[in-house]
Amino acid sequence: MSTPPLLRIDALGIDLPVDGEPRTVVHRVDLGIPEGAAVALVGESGSGKSLTARSVLGLLPRGAHVHGEVLFAGESVPRMRPERLRTFRASEVAMVFQDPRAHINPARGIGDFLIEGLTTARGVPAAEASRKVTAILREVGIPDADRRMRQRPHELSGGLLQRVMIAAALAAEPRLLLADEPTTALDVTTQEEVMAIIGEARRARGLAMLFITHDLELAAAVCDRVPVMYAGTTVEELPADRLRGRASHPYTRALLASRPSVSDAGAELRSIPGRPLSGFEVPDGCAFSDRCPHVRDLCRNERPEPGGFVEDGTAACHFPHPLTSEETGSHA
Amino acid sequence: MLEVRNLRKEFGDFVAVDEVTFSLPAQGSLAIVGESGSGKTTTARMIAGLETPSGGHIAVAGAEPAPGRPRSRARRARGRQIQMVFQDPYSSLDRHQRVGDAVAEAVALHQDLPAVRRRARVAELLDLVGLDDRQARSLPKALSGGQRQRVAIARALAAEPRVLILDEAIAALDVSIQAQILALLARLRTETGTALLFITHDLGAVRYVSEEVLVMQAGRVVEHGPVATVLDDPQAPYTRRLIDSIPKPGWKPRRRGDKGAD
Repeated sequence: MSTPPLLRIDALGIDLPVDGEPRTVVHRVDLGIPEGAAVALVGESGSGKSLTARSVLGLLPRGAHVHGEVLFAGESVPRMRPERLRTFRASEVAMVFQDPRAHINPARGIGDFLIEGLTTARGVPAAEASRKVTAILREVGIPDADRRMRQRPHELSGGLLQRVMIAAALAAEPRLLLADEPTTALDVTTQEEVMAIIGEARRARGLAMLFITHDLELAAAVCDRVPVMYAGTTVEELPADRLRGRASHPYTRALLASRPSVSDAGAELRSIPGRPLSGFEVPDGCAFSDRCPHVRDLCRNERPEPGGFVEDGTAACHFPHPLTSEETGSHA
Repeated sequence: MLEVRNLRKEFGDFVAVDEVTFSLPAQGSLAIVGESGSGKTTTARMIAGLETPSGGHIAVAGAEPAPGRPRSRARRARGRQIQMVFQDPYSSLDRHQRVGDAVAEAVALHQDLPAVRRRARVAELLDLVGLDDRQARSLPKALSGGQRQRVAIARALAAEPRVLILDEAIAALDVSIQAQILALLARLRTETGTALLFITHDLGAVRYVSEEVLVMQAGRVVEHGPVATVLDDPQAPYTRRLIDSIPKPGWKPRRRGDKGAD
């Protein structure tokens, strides 16, 4: 990458109090998002993907201790003063969450919610804010904007409300969109609509995106690069189009094999034994060692560092795929 | 084993389930697939006796349940035939009860066994769903979502039901755990002979648990057939749309006509 990325996360670690004791919940996250690009952070529950997203906003829980660096256009987010953080969140990054209902005041109208962000945080006159919001609502597939703006959140379906949240995010004209499982609670046909809307809006604006998801296939379809997280560590990072077939970390490969396929009749479903660990539960060695089919002694004793095993990607694994010829036989 | 004919449910003017007909053979596995508002869960709840149908017939092993609200004795009798597992096992487990005791309680409710045989039956059920002794002594909060769902399945199987209804039972689980539960369900069918009614929004999972699938939209069955036929050669436009919206290699999301009016 010749131009510096819009967002760079460098050896990020996060300690949080768990039952009163400081514990490491994120061990090591590395990723970069160039201006206008989309990166999907993929992981299961406890992987630390949402905490990583929150660290980008400087929105970590009280008592959190951050190591490493989160750089937005070269500026350190963990070192931002409270006042700078406020303007940063109001105008440079915007977030869309899994559950829009938890992030919108149920007692107030949709219009107030949308316009308020512009008038209070950015000083836009009310009439202009209203015009702008109406245009964005049309763009995200809400043609009858005037009627919708008079409605309250409970009158809208989940899919419509998520479009409202996307409109609110776009209205702030951010440079980076943070989308944390924005379609997980939606029907699959609605998910497609919402992802199409986000994609169109991003392309029209050159807007970069950090997309948090548990769905590898969705990640690969809508993003340029995919870092995969497991138990607080980015275990692999690679271009989205190389995910199928070129992933080299056993966790990434296992995750792909465990997803039911609607199209592939012959595909055998392979489950991963055990359960996903949280960052604070991991053993001394590799976080995935307890569940890995290729585990060896070294894996249990020494935590692997991210390395350049695949073309244009990295994997934090002592024995990344493809393995030696003797082992590929048993793997295939 | 289970015969459902012209099943209908109205909530006021709203028709939630409209003329649903299917049959589930002994040891068979049928999936009902649909999105929110399709009527799939209402259909399942009527079969489980949790909702009263507005019309139609449900017969289990040839017998139709008496109309109206069942008494507790009748409910237990029905429970022995049909059991249901829900999406969130946490809310259906007592958080102060060890999960092994929760399974023992379900065994005691449905079978009058001496203590020794009851303990043996509990151990057998826990083993069947893949829970070890340490997990059996745990409280629900110490278990993962997948483990709690195993507890819920063990409790349901305590009744030795003829039909096990799974209502979005894997939807809240991590991907790597979903595959474990799907494998468990496949094993249960061969080992217990229980027929499965698998209610889901996830067409992908259907191939791994069911032979037959019913696709529902807005209360109606839009397609019904063998899983391989429906998934590989869908006839209803809605089934095609569902399949096309699932992310897969080479997939790009498209807007396909807005449902902006809802």
